[in-house]
Amino acid sequence: MAEWAAEGKQPEILFWVGCAGSYDDRAQKVTVALCKILDAVGMSFGVLGTEETCTGDPARRAGNDFLFQMMAFQNIQVLNGYEVKKIVTACPHCFNTLKNEYPEYGGHYEVIHHTQLLQQLINEGKLKLEGGGTFKGKKITYHDSCYLGRVNGVYEAPRSVLEALDAELVEMKRCRTNGLCCGAGGSQMFKEDEPGKQRINEARAEEALETGATIIAANCPFCLTMMTDGVKAKDKQEEVMVYDLVELIVQNKGL
Amino acid sequence: MIQQLIFILVALGALGYGAWQFGKIRRNILLGKDEKIGGHLGQRWRNVLLVAFGQQKMFTNWVAGVFHLFIYTAFLITVVELIEIFIDGIFGVHRFFAPSLGGVYTVIISFVEVLSLLAFVATFIFLARRNLLKLPRFHKAEMKGWPFLDANLILLFELLLIVSVFSMNGADTLLQQINPSHYHDTGNLAVSSWMGPMLFSGLKEGSLHIIERFGWWLHILMVFVFLNYLPKSKHLHIIIAFPNTYFARLTPRGQMENMPEVTRTVQSFFNPEAGEVAMDEEIPTFGVKDIFHLSWKNLLDAYTCTECGRCTASCPANLTGKKLSPRKIMMDIRDRMEEVGHKLDSKDSQYIREDLRGEGVSLSKENFSDGKSLFDHISPEELNACTTCNACVEACPVLINPMEPILKMRRYEILTESKGPADWMPMFSSIENGGSPWQMSIGRDQWIQDAK
Repeated sequence: MAEWAAEGKQPEILFWVGCAGSYDDRAQKVTVALCKILDAVGMSFGVLGTEETCTGDPARRAGNDFLFQMMAFQNIQVLNGYEVKKIVTACPHCFNTLKNEYPEYGGHYEVIHHTQLLQQLINEGKLKLEGGGTFKGKKITYHDSCYLGRVNGVYEAPRSVLEALDAELVEMKRCRTNGLCCGAGGSQMFKEDEPGKQRINEARAEEALETGATIIAANCPFCLTMMTDGVKAKDKQEEVMVYDLVELIVQNKGL
Repeated sequence: MIQQLIFILVALGALGYGAWQFGKIRRNILLGKDEKIGGHLGQRWRNVLLVAFGQQKMFTNWVAGVFHLFIYTAFLITVVELIEIFIDGIFGVHRFFAPSLGGVYTVIISFVEVLSLLAFVATFIFLARRNLLKLPRFHKAEMKGWPFLDANLILLFELLLIVSVFSMNGADTLLQQINPSHYHDTGNLAVSSWMGPMLFSGLKEGSLHIIERFGWWLHILMVFVFLNYLPKSKHLHIIIAFPNTYFARLTPRGQMENMPEVTRTVQSFFNPEAGEVAMDEEIPTFGVKDIFHLSWKNLLDAYTCTECGRCTASCPANLTGKKLSPRKIMMDIRDRMEEVGHKLDSKDSQYIREDLRGEGVSLSKENFSDGKSLFDHISPEELNACTTCNACVEACPVLINPMEPILKMRRYEILTESKGPADWMPMFSSIENGGSPWQMSIGRDQWIQDAK
């Protein structure tokens, strides 16, 4: 964004990469995939780079509102400094915090999740998928992330993207409003599970495997990690792959 | 005459005691923090009509939804029928509306009868579901003892209530042919026109009269019993669900409630000239330790809970054997409210905070301290297991939010007690120092170089 600002220009959209998207090996691939798509459709975008920090979501959900608000004020100063209007993010937690929690502290932006952007691009004809491509007839199951689905009510955008891939979408027994969490939300990602009978991600992986799908599609870097680990725990990593939606599109387009 | 007198005395006693008990509930709810909830009247009434009156969310489980609808509509229509019962009881008349309403009366009472019959079937199915089928959500740890008995008692009361309707109307049908001057013609009632003769044909007028009076009295007495049982029972939802849906939060689900006391401090960091936060103030309690720190809406939630357990059945933590059960959180809050309420009623000065005791100081919610708190009911292990997935919020048929108190109690743990899961401490310091929950030695934009 600093470079855009130096030239006195504004990109069409700010891509909020997020911590996982920046640092996590697996999530970085999603970040790069989304960049490829944005380039392919010719949508100008900027990133904050080193000026971006955690939105504060994990701190807030863990109970540390002090730290959350520190992060919020800091990020809002930066975003407002660049006069950002529109943000896309590949993380539903960042999406939720930017969209629903920052306005209270003076950060007002139009925030969309990357699956919503993909749906828009497909609907507008800017992003054309190859029918009968890589995924034709393949069974794909879709895992609703809590913060995109139940919390923000986005159920159809990701599904319509999957349909555009010409794949066979098979639903898990718990889906949409009833979807089962991967186990990472509420800062569980950053701690050991409380004592219990099973890990949540393994329970969810079981449900995904029951569908007989060979691909599990996700929309969240934490779900991606949890589902991958869950599939591994069931020793199915050779047969079943876990991908973010945008990665499936990149594969389809051969980008 | 004697019947009228007894009726008036019993009614006054039952209504008076009921009002007193409901007063206690109101008092207990107001033990919570004051919070203005209003505005958006359209959306609020929409929630009341769709979710409370319309039972919208009950139908996500349609078997339970349909049978619950039978009992619920029978309850609603019984309220209408009570108008006549009161008039008859006070003035010593019999079926006051029958002669004047004529055919309309037949339709209304037939409606009551059909719904009561359906409710009878539904009640049996609910008893079987609880006691024979043993649905797991009805047999979790928090359901042992009183909650289990409570549920069965309610169903039993309902059976008695319905039995009373049919003995009253059934005997009446036969009496109308014997003594039409007292027993007004009700027309052919949908159920008792065949059930009455089936059960009671061949009985003498005296016996029929006793059965009719038995039914009438049992009916009104069960209504009074219910009224006074509600404040002690999970069945309270039949009343409180309505205001609870009205006052349900309309802010986005993903927006946690702000902590203004924190905002003031944080703002003073960013803008020191705006004024220092006064340091001589008493250090506030951050988050929730006890019911006094919860919003009154959270307490209303707790009284609304009917322990159906849909929240717990959808909770990922509970499903995988963790101790957390959202229903238990709501039950614990209610138990703690009752506990505090009883202690306040005792007016015992031992519950006054030690440094505030003195001559002429009486116990109040402001100086209350019994050395206990919500943490005596709810353990950190439960709180820390929540993934904030909102499944419990989504599942609740009466718009209770069990997640809110969980997160507010986490705030107390972290901000006031500086305790919490050991893994979270390094996460906090990484965010604070490095801007990311993981401690990283590479730049946040390194991925750009790697991708090239």
